[in-house]
Amino acid sequence: MDVGERLTDQNFPESPEKATLEGKNKFLGFWLFLGGETVLFATLFGTYLGLRNSFGKGPEASEIFQLPMVFAATIILLTSSLTSVYAVLALKENRVKQMRRWFFITLLLGLSFLGLEIYEFVEYVHEGHTFTSGAFGSAFYTLVGFHGGHVLFGCLWITALLVRNSGRGLTLYNAPKYYLFALYWHFVDVVWVFIFTVVYLMGKVG
Amino acid sequence: MSNAHAANKSVLWDWLTTVDHKKIGILYLVSGGFFFLVGGLEAVLIRIQLMNPEMTFLTGNLYNQVLTMHGTTMIFLAAMPIIFGFMNAVVPLQIGARDVAFPFVNSLGFWLFFFGGILLNLSWFLGGAPDAGWTAYAPLSTTSTGHGVDFYVLGLQIAGAGTLMGGINFLVTIINMRAPGMTFMRMPLFTWTAFVTSGLILFAFPALTIGLFLLMFERVFEANFFDANMGGNAIIWEHIFWIFGHPEVYILILPAFGIISEVVATFSRKRLFGYSAMVFATVLIGFLGFMVWAHHMFTVGLGPVANSIFAVATMAIAIPTGVKIFNWVFTMWGGKIRFTTANLFSVGFIPTFVMGGVTGVMLAVAPADYQYHDSYFVVAHFHYVIVGGLILGLFSGLYYWYPRMFGLMLNEALGKWNFWTFFIGFHLTFFPQHFLGLMGMPRRYFTYPEEFGLGSLNFISTIGAVFMTVGTIIFIINVVVTHAKGKKVSGDPWDGRTLEWAIPNPTPHYNFLQTPLVRGLDALWIEKMAGNKKMTPAEPVGDIHMPNNSVLPLFMSIGFFIAGFGFIYYSSAGAPALIAIIVGLGIGLACMFLRSWIDDHGHHLHKEDLLKEDKGVDA
Ligand code: HEM
Ligand SMILES: [Cu+2]
Repeated sequence: MDVGERLTDQNFPESPEKATLEGKNKFLGFWLFLGGETVLFATLFGTYLGLRNSFGKGPEASEIFQLPMVFAATIILLTSSLTSVYAVLALKENRVKQMRRWFFITLLLGLSFLGLEIYEFVEYVHEGHTFTSGAFGSAFYTLVGFHGGHVLFGCLWITALLVRNSGRGLTLYNAPKYYLFALYWHFVDVVWVFIFTVVYLMGKVG
Repeated sequence: MSNAHAANKSVLWDWLTTVDHKKIGILYLVSGGFFFLVGGLEAVLIRIQLMNPEMTFLTGNLYNQVLTMHGTTMIFLAAMPIIFGFMNAVVPLQIGARDVAFPFVNSLGFWLFFFGGILLNLSWFLGGAPDAGWTAYAPLSTTSTGHGVDFYVLGLQIAGAGTLMGGINFLVTIINMRAPGMTFMRMPLFTWTAFVTSGLILFAFPALTIGLFLLMFERVFEANFFDANMGGNAIIWEHIFWIFGHPEVYILILPAFGIISEVVATFSRKRLFGYSAMVFATVLIGFLGFMVWAHHMFTVGLGPVANSIFAVATMAIAIPTGVKIFNWVFTMWGGKIRFTTANLFSVGFIPTFVMGGVTGVMLAVAPADYQYHDSYFVVAHFHYVIVGGLILGLFSGLYYWYPRMFGLMLNEALGKWNFWTFFIGFHLTFFPQHFLGLMGMPRRYFTYPEEFGLGSLNFISTIGAVFMTVGTIIFIINVVVTHAKGKKVSGDPWDGRTLEWAIPNPTPHYNFLQTPLVRGLDALWIEKMAGNKKMTPAEPVGDIHMPNNSVLPLFMSIGFFIAGFGFIYYSSAGAPALIAIIVGLGIGLACMFLRSWIDDHGHHLHKEDLLKEDKGVDA
């Protein structure tokens, strides 16, 4: 069978994302890439932990963090993980329409998360907590910003995938692409859980 | 069909767009070789300045630049790419694969490295090179004036991204693409070391990525990570750098261990002694390599407990390393040894590397390190392991795999001259530096007064550098002579043991007409002993699927190169730099987008054409 051919319910393999050697390679390579990303974020967390009480000229963390808003952002992002799970479940059963719908919802949730984050940053800047106000500011914006950048990249990625494959069914060529996006999205979510705990909760406690 | 349309385009276009691991291997080797010469030239300049007391050949800031660029170039632009060159050229063949797992990414990795290297070296012509040492410690690096350090940051960032991709690629290749029967414990040792090195790259390079980002933010966007006045902490840089940096030294040395293991076994006509112990030692070294970074920071003041833990962990690495040394010696023991040039380099490697290991353990004694630290003793140590270890290993690999990579055999007589001048020159250069260090000569100083009595040993050291230069020149002559003569050799000139010698010369585009069936360690040797002329195939002759060439990696890298310039000049040039950033990143992202947008299913080579071609090349 040709990898570009639309899969039917009859020839649909159990794991379309791993049914070809290319798919297997991508799958493994992407997991490894996420391993590298883990080190990347671990380094950022380490730096942040070292500097989280060095406020310099800026305000203290406990004064500025607005937990309700961050909590809302957390819920949004966690929900988007759930919707991407639904998308993958649909992918595994060749229900293309549903899959695309769930991914679209995931995208919307991702965008609203970004919106909240940008709003939050603007607020902080008004309160004097900026990238250059002290070591804490630099470390905060770098860590949280890196995560935000990942969310943004994910949004661009899934947009490109959805647009490119609109009107197309699942193939052995595009199934791994969808699947990898979902993996990436989960990873970005997990990182956020750590940010929520280490940056915001610990920051509030002092 | 594919060959026909490939032939229409020019040779240059083919090299710029190739995704063939064999060609990418050559690209890595040639560019790495070029940067090796650049770094070597810088080394000679350093040695000239230090030849006599109070020289004024290269002083102050210029000396700092040459010193910094020497170290940075050698590690990131010479040693790493040459290693990747061998990994590309050899690993797919050793595991019986037709290419790497991600040929496109492979090409991207190369071009990123290449443009990163070019970017870094352009600093020479654009207002001065980085001058804060290859370790770029803050606050020296954050307060260094001009744009030198910005070139360091962006150049390494781009090149480092390429390396990271290469690491992932080889991990997947080795895990997923092995021929039938090629179990992990049947993999040649070079492949094993490539595997562990790739794992180290995967977990070490992201730390460097972040370190460089922080440094960039600090210099370009006025962040305060390392500025004590704003609550920053300069020690964070040291931690991040060495969390990357120590694994990096094992990233460098492990492939050399692999090369030595192949060469010593082949030229002793014996199976490698203690294969499983070698594998275990390799993995253990890789693992321990992550636990010892603070031995570079004994004098920082981390406290006696931390220092002791890191000292003991460091010394522990000497154990698996010792296992390797003994195994090489036992492999030779009772073997039918042939002292080809490749083997000379390997045999020369063993005692030299032991000396570097011994000084390493001396340095690991934390209280004693207060004396050695930042002295020429450290310089002697790491040159014994890097030049005496890695570079001798790379030369060995060059002489050994040259017939595989280029179809030609390097001249053996010139090779021996190459070895002896380089080897003697090496010891002459670096052995005296141990004593210079013990006498109190600090590293990175551009001169020393007459009365300190450091003159004669420094002079000897410079003479040694002249010998090494001669050795390198002989090597270049050898390459030129070999290609001028152009005498082709067979596919198996050394009576090899592993799969890369089981294919005809020149290596077919698709490597193996039929994927071989592997029946044990030293797969080819097993067939030879069983009286077979060829590997037993694991499949009938059939259509072969091959990836398509692509120019996107080149353009993507050019995009990031342009953006790199923008970031470098952002703090002084403002708007034009911003435009460069936007345009550059735009090109990069657009190429990524195109890659995702354009369906690329590769192409097939047809059975009939393959059979015709196969008759032509004969083994
Ligand atoms: C038995 C194994 C080894 C031990 C115990 C060891 C130990 C050490 C120690 C303790 C230092 C820090 C010295 C100081 O700055 O005061 C050091 C520096 C260094 N080592 Fe090793 N080492 C070993 C192997 C290697 C290998 C295999 C390489 C590279 C291929 C290497 C490359 C370096 C480099 C580049 C430095 C200097 C870094 C700098 O400050 O610029 N070492 N080593
Ligand atoms: Cu080290």
